[in-house]
Amino acid sequence: MTDLALKRQSAGPQGWRGPLVWGGLALGGAAVYFGSQDSLLPSGALTSVYALFALLGLGLVNARSRVLPGFRLSLAVTILMLFLIILIPLSAVFINTAQLSWAQIWSAVSAPRAVASYKLSFTASLLAAAVNVVFGLILAWAITRYRFPGRKLVDALIDLPFALPTAVAGIALTALYAKNGWFGSFLEGQLGIKVAFSQLGVLVALVFIGLPFVVRTVQPVLEDLDAEFEEAAASLGANRWQTVWRVVLPALYPALLTGFAMAFARALGEYGSVIFIAGNIPLVSEITPLIIITKLEQYDYAGATAIAAVMLIVSFALLLAINALQVWSSRRTERS
Amino acid sequence: MSIRVEHINKRFGDFVALNDVTLDVPDGKLTALLGPSGCGKTTLLRVIAGLEQSDSGRILFNGEDSSNAHVRERNVGFVFQHYALFRHMTVFENVAFGLRVKPRRERLSDSEIRAKVTRLLELVHLDWLGHRYPAQLSGGQRQRIALARALAVEPRVLLLDEPFGALDAKVRKDLRRWLRDLHHQLGLTSIFVTHDQEEALELADQVVLINKGAIEQVGEPAQVYSQPATPFVQSFLGHSNFFEGRVVSGALQVEDGGLALPAGSGDEGARLSAYVRPHEFQVTRETSGPGVEAKVARALELGALARIELVGVRSGRPFEAEIPKRELAKLALVPGETVRLVPDALRVFPAQEVAAE
Amino acid sequence: MAGGTASLYARGRQTGRAATRDPKWAQVLIIGLGLTFFALFLLAPLALVFTEALRKGWSAYFGALVDRDAQSAIRLTLLAAAIAVPVNLVFGIAASWLIAKHRFRGRTLLTTLIDLPFSVSPVIAGLVYVLVFSSQGWFGPWLQDNGMKVIFAVPGIVLATVFVTFPFIARELIPLMESQGTEEEEAAVVLGAGGLTTFLRVTLPNVKWGLLYGVILCNARAMGEFGAVSVVSGHIRGLTNTMPLHVEILYNEYQFSAAFAVASLLALLALLTLLIKTVVEWRVARAQREGA
Repeated sequence: MTDLALKRQSAGPQGWRGPLVWGGLALGGAAVYFGSQDSLLPSGALTSVYALFALLGLGLVNARSRVLPGFRLSLAVTILMLFLIILIPLSAVFINTAQLSWAQIWSAVSAPRAVASYKLSFTASLLAAAVNVVFGLILAWAITRYRFPGRKLVDALIDLPFALPTAVAGIALTALYAKNGWFGSFLEGQLGIKVAFSQLGVLVALVFIGLPFVVRTVQPVLEDLDAEFEEAAASLGANRWQTVWRVVLPALYPALLTGFAMAFARALGEYGSVIFIAGNIPLVSEITPLIIITKLEQYDYAGATAIAAVMLIVSFALLLAINALQVWSSRRTERS
Repeated sequence: MSIRVEHINKRFGDFVALNDVTLDVPDGKLTALLGPSGCGKTTLLRVIAGLEQSDSGRILFNGEDSSNAHVRERNVGFVFQHYALFRHMTVFENVAFGLRVKPRRERLSDSEIRAKVTRLLELVHLDWLGHRYPAQLSGGQRQRIALARALAVEPRVLLLDEPFGALDAKVRKDLRRWLRDLHHQLGLTSIFVTHDQEEALELADQVVLINKGAIEQVGEPAQVYSQPATPFVQSFLGHSNFFEGRVVSGALQVEDGGLALPAGSGDEGARLSAYVRPHEFQVTRETSGPGVEAKVARALELGALARIELVGVRSGRPFEAEIPKRELAKLALVPGETVRLVPDALRVFPAQEVAAE
Repeated sequence: MAGGTASLYARGRQTGRAATRDPKWAQVLIIGLGLTFFALFLLAPLALVFTEALRKGWSAYFGALVDRDAQSAIRLTLLAAAIAVPVNLVFGIAASWLIAKHRFRGRTLLTTLIDLPFSVSPVIAGLVYVLVFSSQGWFGPWLQDNGMKVIFAVPGIVLATVFVTFPFIARELIPLMESQGTEEEEAAVVLGAGGLTTFLRVTLPNVKWGLLYGVILCNARAMGEFGAVSVVSGHIRGLTNTMPLHVEILYNEYQFSAAFAVASLLALLALLTLLIKTVVEWRVARAQREGA
């Protein structure tokens, strides 16, 4: 009974997302419109404040008679901080971009250096995420399925890229792959493969920072996967390879895809670990975040903002995709 | 304290959990809310406690409208299905919690709290477990601690959600008797939710049968069992053989024969459903007269009784009859043989499809 | 972890069920590939940091750390973390209580919005504050008139740090609180406990380990943030340089040992964070086992 009631209850709010999203979009549109008028600050800020109160109001409407206390207080604190620290500053990127003319925006986002950086950021992030999927799966498999000396250490250190400051990772990777470094002296000296200060270096840095995403999304699924499924497959005559290929891997697809998307999203925005190893050669090894920084250093705020808007749109699209993936995968596991 | 529930409605999205529920819970009695899972009984209990807000309707405690009172102000004792013991506190601190969180001017002194908790632990016969943590207790012990914790704040009513649901059969039986004695000792108005009919019939002074969010029948255990008010209650409580047919010259004409009807059961030609409990059948070898014909499938001896499984000769429906073992020996039934089942009693309702879960 | 090479091949799974055991060569191959990748991409950079830091000996190492600019960078980093972590703690507790213990309209949307800073490039996180607070930004003129400075000053660094670490504590607490349900809190309220009492005496003790890890992780990220802080700092030595920025400057000036010495402090912090994470996970797993 209780289970059913709870399920119904949690299904309830989903229906309310629609109006909220449309309301938010309308307010966002209004913010951009007001922002593009001359008196930027007052009206832009005003609209954001309206949006804030609208959201607060929405929550308070159904705050009546809740059993657990603190709903209003926690809602107010959450929304207020979210708006003041994250949403209003972020909206500045779009409001300021809306103030530029189309020609200004186009010239900034389609400049050859910018376009080269999109290509590099996109390709390297995609490749890095793909490498992470392969080795992330291998590592997750080894950690969950096998017992070997050092397993717990490996498990603990997988999160290193989350915890290690990106600048530290950046200089360490650069020193490793530089011509006189531990790996560089072999790769560049013996094999003639230049890693540091090249596009390959960007890839190496992005593989480093994206690794935990795939491992940590696949690992719990692999742990929860009941051995009975594999035994059932084996009892039906499948050999080990068929069992893994047809029973285990399909169960991991959603997690692999989510991990891939997360690693890709993180790689697109990454800055600290890349800039040391990339060499930052214009048109060759400049990543998009670096273009923004360069423009800022030249006080070209308009150009920086326009490129940032492009990046943000891509990031938000990825965020939505990741959310949809997670909803999809949780539905899939629920059904079984 | 008496409780009155008036026209309570509650929906979760499209799902109607409670549909215009009205109910009186008499002072000092033990009332069972009984029904299949998903019927709304737990929701009703939570609405009474104030843990859930109804969409409309009123809850009256001693005639006083408490619908808008917060759980905290209702002064109810609530025992959760999975006990909800605070896992980081000792048993003693769990029981003392309600006393310790009272406003300072109402709070007992530390030594009084100590004495009271000790008394409560003695009441539930677990005074020797005070220093343990909930994780170190058995299910039955947790249940009793949850009860002691609820009683500590001297609630006006005691509400228990599936109090024995998470326990194994043996412990369940012992605790059931113990709870009944405790209730008599305290005389506290209590409501408990259960899906187990045996539990409800054995324990409660009053049984409330709920199906699909609505009350089907309210009555004493013997009454709801022997005089079910609706087909749902008939088929939910105990086992019943089901017949459906038309009234022809005062008897119910069914596929496998005819059943004598009590006077005034239905007009000539009316479609009726009839229910007969297994022990209400006489098994005979007579070839004519009232009753239904059925083939013996097999006979099982269960203690003093014997259960005979049969199949209707024309309908193919399964039937079940229970007769004393001695009678079975006398009959010496052979599987495959056709016998006649004659009901001593049957209950009739206007025909309708009833799906018991 | 115990046992030599024998256990490397031995058991397919904890259960050792025959049907789920991979062939030995596959096990060796997968473990070998995994460990090689792990060593090349994770262990090697970590080992290199400490090797390079100590290349010129202990005295040079400590010399780099007690350097005046290094000291001021450490102080600024500690200050930024000391402000950012409590701010995010308040947000994390409010947001997780809201999302994990209540059902309301827009809950899913709010959960997504909380994750937003994760998907924003740190460079953009810095940029947005430049747009709002710099001399050409929204509030720039007003700030200038009132003699206040946010960008190229400490407040900007703190703001950028708060932005990038914003979701950390909430993300740690929400799943934990959700998994614990609301029955214990309901029990407390039925027994007459008020809101604060319920939170402090029932909810908090159940999530304390997760909260601790959230705080530690948030702290590590706050101290290590580079991109966002780099945009708003202005790189003024001794004034607006944090430890990661100081590392960058030293590195660009070819003072490799000094750069790695400061970096090694940050790496130690990262290792400490991972250690605490492991301990916390172990304790949470144990608590769940006992609770079951």
